[in-house]
Amino acid sequence: MSKEKFDYFINGEKGKYEVVIGLEVHAQVLSNSKLFSGSSTKFGADPNKQVSLIDSAFPGMLPVINEECVKQAVRTGLGLNAKINNYSVFDRKNYFYADLPQGYQISQYKNPIVGEGKVLLDMPYGSKEIGIERLHLEQDAGKSIHDMDPSSTYVDLNRSGIALMEIVSKPHLRSPDEVNAYIKKLRTIMRYLGTCDGNMQEGSLRADVNVSVRKVGDKNFGTRCEIKNVNSIKFMQMAIEYEANRQVELLEDGKVIDQETRLFDTKKNETRSMRSKEDAHDYRYFPDPDLLPLKLEQKLIDDLKKSLPELPDNKKERFIQEYGLNSYEANVLVSEKEISDYYEEVAKLSDKKLAATWMMGDLFAMLNDKGLNISNSPISSKNFAELVQSIKSGEISGRIAKEVFEIMVESGDNPKKIIESKGMKQQSDPKELEKMINEILSKNKDKVDQYKAGKEKLFGFFVGQVMKLSGGKANPQLTNEILKKLLKG
Amino acid sequence: MSNITNQSLSEILESIKSKKISSLELTQAYIKNIENAKKLNAFVTTTFDQALENAKKFDNKSNNEQLLSGVPLAVKDLFCTENVKTTAGSNILNNFVPSYESTVTKNLWNNGAFLLGKLNCDEFAMGSSNETSFFGNVINPIGDHLVPGGSSGGSSSALVADLTPATIGTDTGGSIRQPASFTGTVGLKPTYGLCSRWGIVAFASSLDQAGPMTKTVNDCSIMLEAMSGFDEKDSTSINKKKETYSKNLKDNIKGLKIGIPKEYRVDNMPKEIDELWEKGKKILKDLGAQLIDISLPHTKYALPTYYIVAPAEASSNLARYDGVRYGYRSQKGKDLIEMYENTRSEGFGDEVKRRILIGTYVLSSGYYDAYYLKAQKVRQLIKKDFDDSFTKVDAILTPSTPSSAFKIGEKTNDPVSMYLNDIFTVPVNLAGLPALSLPAGLDKQGYPLGLQLIGKALDEQKILNIGYAFEKNCGYKNEIKKWWS
Repeated sequence: MSKEKFDYFINGEKGKYEVVIGLEVHAQVLSNSKLFSGSSTKFGADPNKQVSLIDSAFPGMLPVINEECVKQAVRTGLGLNAKINNYSVFDRKNYFYADLPQGYQISQYKNPIVGEGKVLLDMPYGSKEIGIERLHLEQDAGKSIHDMDPSSTYVDLNRSGIALMEIVSKPHLRSPDEVNAYIKKLRTIMRYLGTCDGNMQEGSLRADVNVSVRKVGDKNFGTRCEIKNVNSIKFMQMAIEYEANRQVELLEDGKVIDQETRLFDTKKNETRSMRSKEDAHDYRYFPDPDLLPLKLEQKLIDDLKKSLPELPDNKKERFIQEYGLNSYEANVLVSEKEISDYYEEVAKLSDKKLAATWMMGDLFAMLNDKGLNISNSPISSKNFAELVQSIKSGEISGRIAKEVFEIMVESGDNPKKIIESKGMKQQSDPKELEKMINEILSKNKDKVDQYKAGKEKLFGFFVGQVMKLSGGKANPQLTNEILKKLLKG
Repeated sequence: MSNITNQSLSEILESIKSKKISSLELTQAYIKNIENAKKLNAFVTTTFDQALENAKKFDNKSNNEQLLSGVPLAVKDLFCTENVKTTAGSNILNNFVPSYESTVTKNLWNNGAFLLGKLNCDEFAMGSSNETSFFGNVINPIGDHLVPGGSSGGSSSALVADLTPATIGTDTGGSIRQPASFTGTVGLKPTYGLCSRWGIVAFASSLDQAGPMTKTVNDCSIMLEAMSGFDEKDSTSINKKKETYSKNLKDNIKGLKIGIPKEYRVDNMPKEIDELWEKGKKILKDLGAQLIDISLPHTKYALPTYYIVAPAEASSNLARYDGVRYGYRSQKGKDLIEMYENTRSEGFGDEVKRRILIGTYVLSSGYYDAYYLKAQKVRQLIKKDFDDSFTKVDAILTPSTPSSAFKIGEKTNDPVSMYLNDIFTVPVNLAGLPALSLPAGLDKQGYPLGLQLIGKALDEQKILNIGYAFEKNCGYKNEIKKWWS
């Protein structure tokens, strides 16, 4: 697998271009209340039902930091192998917008809570480290709704003040595939930590994408454009592809790229200019005088570190060591904490390797088909382990196992019970099998003669007949052995 | 009985306690005074019905265990009061009725007081003469042509005119101490963080601090005790045990070291301010205090520093007034942006606009380092000057203002000369320290002048004690003819 080469380049007439990508991911902190107020953060409430006087910026209202959000940011920083800053500052980012009641967003500018870290990606061409520049805490804005009325814009402040972590990567990403892997990895880490649910449909994870291009081999970065607020991996990939090609075309035409902020139009699949560098907001950052600098005791950081769950990179290594999985299998099985938990429950009770194969094959296909998660799988881990064991012990064949699996999905029943009641146990008695095979051979004397005359591919025909007669229950290995023996005789 | 309202708060409390007067009679007396004092324009809103009801309630079931039992109080209209209009002296909040009560006023009510009305002030507390209020200027009872100081000018005017037994103001750069000085009353700006800012319409968050304005130092200690205290809703509130300032008030100041900073002798300072200062020094010395010359070398940078930091914070704090969720909304404009623009153009007065512009400018990219950042550094130096001095002295004595009350309209067209009036008060806000302004004498026109006692952070008790001793020995008394009624 690792023989594959990285090859995401854009070929122009004047040369081959490399795409340089950096992401600013906005991840919604999992917490019951907002960053600076007691309002609920639950998704899906009626508009403006989760808004306090603080969130709607009434006169005299003051922010008070939610300690749980701080802990969540520290946990995430630790999960990103990052430096946790004992001293950080909340700043006001001033701008005027209808869904920003305060007229400023409380964010962190010069002194973020988390400093440099790194994330490891498993790419087909090997493992790649993506640097993290920083992680900071900030408030989300409200939501402007433009399509409810032809002449008015509606504002929903439920989201106003919810805690976000802005995770800024270094410009280390080089392709849409790497972006995909990076987002998924971030999401996995945060879901393991329980710091962000990673739900992109609900807007819990969004990103600003910085894209530039340069000729392969160039040391200097090209001028970058920032594509604002893209809310799915697919759109990020499409936007990057479009934007990189747009920039290459400009360069090929001898034009310059303007540093600007762009929007991705998902309907037209193109990016377009939102504002140029000259029109960029002057956010007039300054430390928020309503909040004291955030000072974290080292003990708090150490305690949080001790209480972290096992993270995907470590778990993957353990799965390889402990369960004898290959890197690919381990990767897939640690991609979600729930999947890894399920796998470990199954592996404890059955063959580890076979369990992995069946999980990644039939189980995942079925869940995918039904649009289900592992946590609401119709097959319990215990039943799944029994099914794997039945295959391993030879009690049922792989083919029968698929039938049992189907019934398990429908009924949720225990596989032993299904095999018993439907008589699906594999026929592994050599005497019974020999009797059956003799019967088939005597019915098909002409084919036996042809086989013996050298038409060896008829062997498959005989196997098929045995399976048909046994209702698929004949032990395939034994069948092969006996058939060979009898056909020789 | 008719003279009850010209007594001090502590005397009034005594009369209530001994049932010499009922809360209702007291409240009626103040209401009468207020109705006769419309010329002063000290009130934006009165809450007479509510006050009378509260007074009756108190009389029916009197509880004299509280600090402010049965006392009606008018407060600066910068404190949000539940179900009572709160304007901050601005058109942009002219119809704003909060659904919540500020922590400081709630503390007063929890101590047995009740609301009498809301007092005029400079718009968003930006001003030194109470001439920037949307509701018109306030007149100083000392003279019908004089400003009462600002921004808590409604408070100082109402207090000295016996329209409230005591009151509270807010002090961002001198807004309690300067009006106190202009009216011959006592005003205290507490340590930053001693009184909660929750529910006070914000001007400059790192400087704003609520404090008492009273007729006597004892009253001041009672009010401070009632209004202060830790509040978890204000992240800058100081978490410490509540002090009993009034019980601990002592007039023995023997051996205390009083610093006299040479930098407060500014150019062109009227001779009588200097003489007043000398008088103050002598009183303290005669009481056994030791005078020590000190230096606060960065004092001259305090005013420019203040006029960068305060507008910067204000420009951001006032961004929320957009006419959307509450307050005034302009009916003009064809779209949202124009509605915003017209609302803010019509809703804010000139001084507020001036400060929003200055604040926006000093925070702008390219200017931030030269102005805001440098101001923050100077602020640290100013604070350090005080820290260094307080290793040598217990308190610092200075004049409160460089002049007595000036004439209405005298400085309205000259903002810089208006700003210069804060020259002795702003350093204290920048350093977050407590300071008490005490009436100390009269100038040759017969207008009151004040002296300021600056203390270490959280050392309110000490400056109150010094003020208490000073008051007893100064012999200052306001003699005011009630020309307005």
